[in-house]
Amino acid sequence: MSAATEIKTLIIDGKDVSARPDQTILDVARENGINIPTLCHLDGLSDVGACRLCLIEIKGQNRLLPACVARVEEGMEVTTTSERIARHRRTILELLFAERNHICAVCVANGNCELQALAQQLGLTHVRFPYRNPALAVDASHERFTCDHNRCILCTRCVRVCAEIEGAHVWDVEGRGADCKVITDLAQPWGDKNSSCTKCGKCVQVCPTGALYEKGKVGVEHPKRPDFLPYLNLMREAQ
Amino acid sequence: MNLEELQQIASGVHNENLLFDFEVNVCQGTGCLSQHSDDIKAALEAALAASGKKALIRRTGCMGLCAAGPLVLIEPDAQLLQHVTVKHADAVINSLGATPVAELQCDLRQHFDDQDHVVLENSGRIDPEKIDEYIARDGYQGLVMALTDMRPADVIKQITESGLRGRGGGGYPTGLKWGMVAKAQSETKYVICNGDEGDPGAFMDRSGLESDPQRVIEGMAIAAYAVGASKGYIYVRAEYPLAVSRLTVSLREARRRGLLGNNICGTPFNFDIEIRLGAGAFVCGEETALIASIEGLRGTPRVRPPYPAASGLWGKPTLINNVETFANVPTILRKGGAWFAAIGTAKSKGTKVFALTGKIRNTGLVEVPMGMPLRQIVEGIGGGVPEGRTFKAVQTGGPSGGCIPAELLDIEVSYESLIQAGSMMGSGGMIVMDDTSCMVNVAKFFMEFCMTESCGKCIPCRAGTVQMHTLLTRICDGSGTMDDLDLLVDLCSTVKEASLCGLGQTAPNPVLSTLRYFKQEYMDHIVNKRCTAGVCNINHAAEVIA
Repeated sequence: MSAATEIKTLIIDGKDVSARPDQTILDVARENGINIPTLCHLDGLSDVGACRLCLIEIKGQNRLLPACVARVEEGMEVTTTSERIARHRRTILELLFAERNHICAVCVANGNCELQALAQQLGLTHVRFPYRNPALAVDASHERFTCDHNRCILCTRCVRVCAEIEGAHVWDVEGRGADCKVITDLAQPWGDKNSSCTKCGKCVQVCPTGALYEKGKVGVEHPKRPDFLPYLNLMREAQ
Repeated sequence: MNLEELQQIASGVHNENLLFDFEVNVCQGTGCLSQHSDDIKAALEAALAASGKKALIRRTGCMGLCAAGPLVLIEPDAQLLQHVTVKHADAVINSLGATPVAELQCDLRQHFDDQDHVVLENSGRIDPEKIDEYIARDGYQGLVMALTDMRPADVIKQITESGLRGRGGGGYPTGLKWGMVAKAQSETKYVICNGDEGDPGAFMDRSGLESDPQRVIEGMAIAAYAVGASKGYIYVRAEYPLAVSRLTVSLREARRRGLLGNNICGTPFNFDIEIRLGAGAFVCGEETALIASIEGLRGTPRVRPPYPAASGLWGKPTLINNVETFANVPTILRKGGAWFAAIGTAKSKGTKVFALTGKIRNTGLVEVPMGMPLRQIVEGIGGGVPEGRTFKAVQTGGPSGGCIPAELLDIEVSYESLIQAGSMMGSGGMIVMDDTSCMVNVAKFFMEFCMTESCGKCIPCRAGTVQMHTLLTRICDGSGTMDDLDLLVDLCSTVKEASLCGLGQTAPNPVLSTLRYFKQEYMDHIVNKRCTAGVCNINHAAEVIA
């Protein structure tokens, strides 16, 4: 960053903050101890603005913006929590819980799940929508890991970490709408002998739920460590 | 190529036409072709050869009045023949210069007289695959004028002055968009024509590409000159094979005439166009998804900004406009921005093509000046709903639009007034519904469309449309409750405000607009367990349990 970088000042939730022009509202908010809920965002990966949990209000604009991709602007007045936003966030979480089979009591990620934690944090007490109970497969063909589509929220962190950090691009998404599914290679079993998987396990570490997990580990034994990413990126940049 | 050479080509065509006493135009649009108008053309040719008369039998694009097809137009006396079959060929040829065939006369003066053809001016008049016929009707004058007499900034000024707005539905000022791409600093820029028309009941772009493809090519070339691009893409659905084949021929013809390629008109301007086929995803009509699709990626929208004008195809500044928008451009350049701005309302200029479908007599393609009352389109040009039925609503804007009830039929057609009425202009589909349509069922139909066409990237659209569809299905089959209705309204708000792209943001519109104007029908289903239109199969077991 050159010395001549222009510094922007803005207000987030009534607090005066400063930022570099290339920072997102989410970056700046978190830097200043303001928490905005996210699921698809992960420090160290590109942002897709898909989960819509980080929507925030900007004074003078009727449209809600995703904080993970919206850049700061001079004089912006940002509100990260309002009745309107809280309602949308809860509805989005409800939609996720009703979409697949998220049954915390029998999930390997119970206690270490970002979806579960957000539901608690945002005060979600029940789901108003009918559960869809889809019949989804579990891919346990890999020697070390399992992919359970029942717990997948399609955040595409696994897709991005594999393509952007590991450089293998094993993961991708197939299908459309509610039929979307993360797939390995060209929808081959993850453990296929010709799989391009390097077994690095990065996808498992960044998965926010119990969709990807290490075999033989459950619940409290399975805390994930997605925070390796910014460190890894920093080390790579230093080289 | 210069204006004189264009005139030479044009007079060549005119002289050739003078050799004939009559011109028999046979519609070869998709609608008429589905009723074998190609066989009719062959039969007419055979009958003509036998008769020894001097007539030109010409294949043309769509004549607009699809309900009366197959259509044949006989010049010079502008006789329109409807429902022509192979059996009529001899009678039609015999009638040339004699008494017209009475049983085939199509006498729908009002249908045509109330229209104002700009985009459709050549549609049904020229052979879409013959570039010289397009040139004979003043084609390519706009491009040649732009290249030889105008600076790019002058072209943009004309477009801005014309007040033309995006015809794909958004209504973004075209001149402003061109100006943004022109100002973007980059050696490489692209022009994309969005022909991924996917709204149920819409066929304006298909018909435009089938009937007058050179107009779109010329519009794109002018745009490319204005913004400084040298490469263009036309993104057409693979489901439009006739449009694709006519475009392919037309691109070849334009290159042959030196109107595409390097050093066009002897100037340093280079431009060529490639066709890209859509693989059947509605969401690829969204500009960022369309760009991803051209790049060979999964067709999903991305967050804007950056807008394509700054960073589009392969990260380069990209101008992306709809087929109809480009089709307006040649005429604007030829006649001037002020001429175009004189048509229409204060904020919506020019004409708009609509595809009239549903429960209406004169199904087909119409082009009317902006500001025309909806009633004149539906009841005048469209001929109203069939005998014995009553009009209930007209759906505009496809799955992003809404239903406009009978009491609002007097509103004018413009971007603003349609949005005010809870619908939108959209790309131009107009589906007319009568008393046999159940509005809850209509909302369910469009929701099912959005649900299956959602790309699945963002949660509100992917999971929200599924839940809205479930709630609408419950209401339709009689098991819905008032709580379901409240939940539906609540969900509409989240999907509308929280979705990533236009598909999700507008998916609740058919529900919201039917709730606004036809709430009683929802109540009938929920409280009285009745579907007054007799469409829904109400589950009376649910009533007993309740």
